[in-house]
Amino acid sequence: MYKYNDFDEAFVRERVSQFKAQVDRRIDGSLTEDEFKPFRLMNGLYLQLHAYMLRVAIPYGTLNGGQMRQLAYVAETFDKGYGHFTTRQNIQYNWPKLADVPVILEKLADVEMHAIQTSGNTIRNVTADHFAGAAGDEIADPRPIAELLRQWSTDHPEFQALPRKFKIAVSGATNDRAVLRAHDVAVQVVEQDGQRGYRIFVGGGLGRTPMIGKVLRDFLPEADLLPYVEAVVSVWNLLGRRDNKYKARIKITVHEHGIEEISRLVEDRFAEIRPTFSGVDQVILREIEAHFANPTYKTGSTDGFDAYKAANPAFRSWADTNLAAHKNPDYAIVSISLKAHGATPGDASADQMRMMAELAEKYGHNELRISHEQNVILPYVHKSDLPEIYNALRGVALATANIGLISDIIACPGMDYCALATARSIPIAQEIATRFDELKLEHEVGPLKIKISGCINACGHHHVGHIGILGLDRAGVENYQITLGGDHTENAAIGERAGPGFSADEIIPAIERLVLGYLDIRRDADETFIQAYRRLGAQPFKNILYPEKAAQNAA
Amino acid sequence: MAREFTPKVITTNHLLSGDAVWFTVDSTWTGDISEAELLEDEAHADLRLLEANAQRDQVTGAYLADAKDGENGPEPVHFREAFRTRGPSNYNHGKQAEV
Ligand code: SF4
Repeated sequence: MYKYNDFDEAFVRERVSQFKAQVDRRIDGSLTEDEFKPFRLMNGLYLQLHAYMLRVAIPYGTLNGGQMRQLAYVAETFDKGYGHFTTRQNIQYNWPKLADVPVILEKLADVEMHAIQTSGNTIRNVTADHFAGAAGDEIADPRPIAELLRQWSTDHPEFQALPRKFKIAVSGATNDRAVLRAHDVAVQVVEQDGQRGYRIFVGGGLGRTPMIGKVLRDFLPEADLLPYVEAVVSVWNLLGRRDNKYKARIKITVHEHGIEEISRLVEDRFAEIRPTFSGVDQVILREIEAHFANPTYKTGSTDGFDAYKAANPAFRSWADTNLAAHKNPDYAIVSISLKAHGATPGDASADQMRMMAELAEKYGHNELRISHEQNVILPYVHKSDLPEIYNALRGVALATANIGLISDIIACPGMDYCALATARSIPIAQEIATRFDELKLEHEVGPLKIKISGCINACGHHHVGHIGILGLDRAGVENYQITLGGDHTENAAIGERAGPGFSADEIIPAIERLVLGYLDIRRDADETFIQAYRRLGAQPFKNILYPEKAAQNAA
Repeated sequence: MAREFTPKVITTNHLLSGDAVWFTVDSTWTGDISEAELLEDEAHADLRLLEANAQRDQVTGAYLADAKDGENGPEPVHFREAFRTRGPSNYNHGKQAEV
């Protein structure tokens, strides 16, 4: 894992002390709210419906046991004993008090964490494939370039007042687990003729005008990464629409100017700035790479795992559902579900965080990941340790066997917390999960992604859910709109609106109808929801959702 | 035609705690909407909003929210404002936990 150098350390400490002074001046009245707001946002501090909210960056979703423990400590000492992991691999605290925030930031700095650039019109936390470094389908661990991008973008003088926020994602695998095509810029490690390089995507994004990212460069040589990304941001910084915040994201710039024109401008700018990059970045990258070396793998028999699996059906179900293939065949990648049926997606209590920290330290080469799907990953686990891990997780209600299934729902905080929300999303997620648990059907239904957002900003990624749910305010009443056929992977697609929205009372039965109806029309038990949707098109699913309309049309 | 003015309360978040608060007749802040001043005249509401926002070392930016006259005092009209009087629905946290 990356370790702060003296510069990183001094920078973060300096920012904490600046912010402390700003908070003091706000509290004594010498700063107005309007003056203070930009300062607090620069430090990840939002004001939400019921309280302040502090968003802490977890760079590329990677953290160690000590950091997870510190997150637990902060949750318990300064908040209400839990934290919320987000789709951007961050953690949010929902109840901090203003005067405590500088102290919290100090505690975070003690473990090399901060809340810088988690808000505002800057380059945000770089996100990554949560299986990075461990996945079997990976060309290279993308986190060194994520760290390089983090260092380059942090406090970058040219990019502190961008037209709008800017999100970068990285992956080194063929299977896209980082939703690359929904990012302003995405970097995928690729190989061509034995050479390592990058495929660069641009102009993806969800929100009001969802767009799938386009390939800007199919193969970029390794050494060109920073100047090239800098050229992209710099072209957009000039062209981006500052007159209308709904048109300011790079996806609109790409849409309005066309990918050819953007490509031409980027190449011109790149040619200009490339010579100013002396190669120091590549030296730094080599140093960073050393921090991400593989752990020293444990060797030993995995027979105990197989035997335990054969003997214990609950463990078998969990192992079949929550483990992913590791590049080392004796190892597994463990996904810890933060989606116990009826729980708030992405929330973890301080006790749960401490248990995950302990398991990482004891069995997981001291590494944890946060996934954009709001779960926690132990990326390096020797199979012989899985029974102990499972039993320990059970003790803190973290052993739900539902990764990738209908109850593994992404849900943004929605109107239970978020000041921008138009409706709630958490209770909808809770009720769907509870309902399908009662029906005991989720393993039969199989892989299915439900994603819920509490407003058009789409933090809950509803556009790329197989079933997306968007909470809206229709004449002062919560209303839920369903989209179908979205996909967040390398086959990325924006879901199609199914029809009129449903009230809060109608939405759970509607989802149940839809999913049970899918069971009737799928070819066989192996055809997943999204495969059936692609084969049959939207109409049969709409007929299931709106039976009265279907009956009228048939009459 | 100008839209008819509907009753309002002045509300915002408390500076230190971030808690939702409402402005009273005495120009103090209360955590209970039923103790708020119900503003039925537009000019008076605008004036009161200026006075509320002058207390900048107490609260964050105040705004006018629709309210109606209930049995025990003002009540929220919109569900967003109703949530602000209670707290989140997933945990017993916030105001609902205080009573
Ligand atoms: S999607 Fe909307 S409601 Fe949900 S967290 Fe984002 S801004 Fe808030």
